[in-house]
Amino acid sequence: MSEDLLTGTKRLSRRGFFSAIAWGAFTAYMLALGAVLTRFFYPKILYEPSQKFRAGVPDDYPKGIVNESLKKAQRVWMIHTEKGIYSLIAICTHLGCTPNWFLENNRFQCPCHGSNFTLEGDVIAGPAPQPLFRAKITLAADGKIQVDKAITANRPPQRDEAPFVLKV
Amino acid sequence: MNRVKDWKRVISESFIWRSVFRHGYPDTRRNKMLAVSTNVFLHLHPTKIKERAYQVRFTWCMGGISFFLFLVLTVTGLLLMFYYVPDSRRAYDDMKDLTFVVPFGSVLRNLHRWGAHAMVLSVIAHMARVFYTGSYKPPREFNWVVGVILLVFTLLLSFSGYLLPWDQLSMWAVTVGTNMARATPFLGHEGPFANVLGMAINNDARFVLLGGTIVSQSALLRFYVWHCVGFPLILVVFLSIHFWRIRKDGFSGNL
Ligand code: HEM
Ligand code: FES
Repeated sequence: MSEDLLTGTKRLSRRGFFSAIAWGAFTAYMLALGAVLTRFFYPKILYEPSQKFRAGVPDDYPKGIVNESLKKAQRVWMIHTEKGIYSLIAICTHLGCTPNWFLENNRFQCPCHGSNFTLEGDVIAGPAPQPLFRAKITLAADGKIQVDKAITANRPPQRDEAPFVLKV
Repeated sequence: MNRVKDWKRVISESFIWRSVFRHGYPDTRRNKMLAVSTNVFLHLHPTKIKERAYQVRFTWCMGGISFFLFLVLTVTGLLLMFYYVPDSRRAYDDMKDLTFVVPFGSVLRNLHRWGAHAMVLSVIAHMARVFYTGSYKPPREFNWVVGVILLVFTLLLSFSGYLLPWDQLSMWAVTVGTNMARATPFLGHEGPFANVLGMAINNDARFVLLGGTIVSQSALLRFYVWHCVGFPLILVVFLSIHFWRIRKDGFSGNL
């Protein structure tokens, strides 16, 4: 902007105009570069187990049992209670260790700093700040259970409703 | 005998010789100053300082020791890179080779490891010194800000290097460390307001750090590249600014 000395009105000078264009182009370029770099750091292919997996059929999980057969490969427990089947993610909400299921104590216990969780995933002891997460669980067209660990919930009422509990 | 003297004269008066040795012996005041001010490494330091500036009691020389340790880590790290491959299937074996098979490998590894611990300590001690002597006060506030960045990158170097041996300690330290990123507001999938941007385990801040959802090969490679190239480069840029500001702002405490 320059001021017209005679009339006192402000107008865009030639230099100001080109400078605005140059700075605008530079800013746009930098923003685009930032976006490109951010996108670059998101891999499109992961060489690791998929977040989505098939987990057998509902009949594999009798009521009242914490099934640990998928814990090693997928880091989830399959649990069947009155409310239905849910897939509880075996990552401690404290700092990410893997808790263990103790039938005799009827709770999950984390070996790292001693967090305890109920069957529902609620914290009853230790430093964990929030309940264990449940993964999305649905029934596929072929009758198999489909779990997606990328979609999670850990608080009622959300965690007790579809798609985080499979009614059977 | 005379012939030797003649040759000496011919060589020391040649253009090439005089282009390299640009002043006489530092036996006069002028040549002493020139020796410092015309040398890119020495000129980091002023040509003249007061006697008090030698007093270790004031600076504890902690900044200088931090820089020295950084140089040690750069050299030893560079040598480690000749034997270490950031491949999750062989990284741990390479570490064992370095310790037990490579000639002087164990010395190298220990220099790098102890150097790293010492650097973290000396940087913290340096910061404490600057604080206790009030050297962060005007006009040196900017250098304090640069110093905070240097501390952050020292810690990042230490953290990223920790994963490289790929043993149980590394795995769980980095699992725990990167899990903190899960709780980032907005950008972590377990943090406050995670739903606003639709964060999940496979698109949040932690995912970008690890290049995946678990600490595995892609995380090892990313940490390796940051540790060996990215962070040291950034550190060097800020170190240059730090040193330049020290010269421009002058030393504190009447030195
Ligand atoms: C240019 C500088 C550096 C390079 C090229 C470099 C390179 C490396 C390499 C290749 C390794 C793997 C081998 C090993 O673990 O011994 C490593 C490990 C490590 N680095 Fe560095 N490094 C540099 C600077 C630093 C700095 C400044 C720190 C910390 C202040 C640091 C901390 C560590 C730690 C803690 C380890 C693990 C050492 C061990 O377990 O033996 N590094 N570095
Ligand atoms: S990680 Fe489970 S209690 Fe700390």
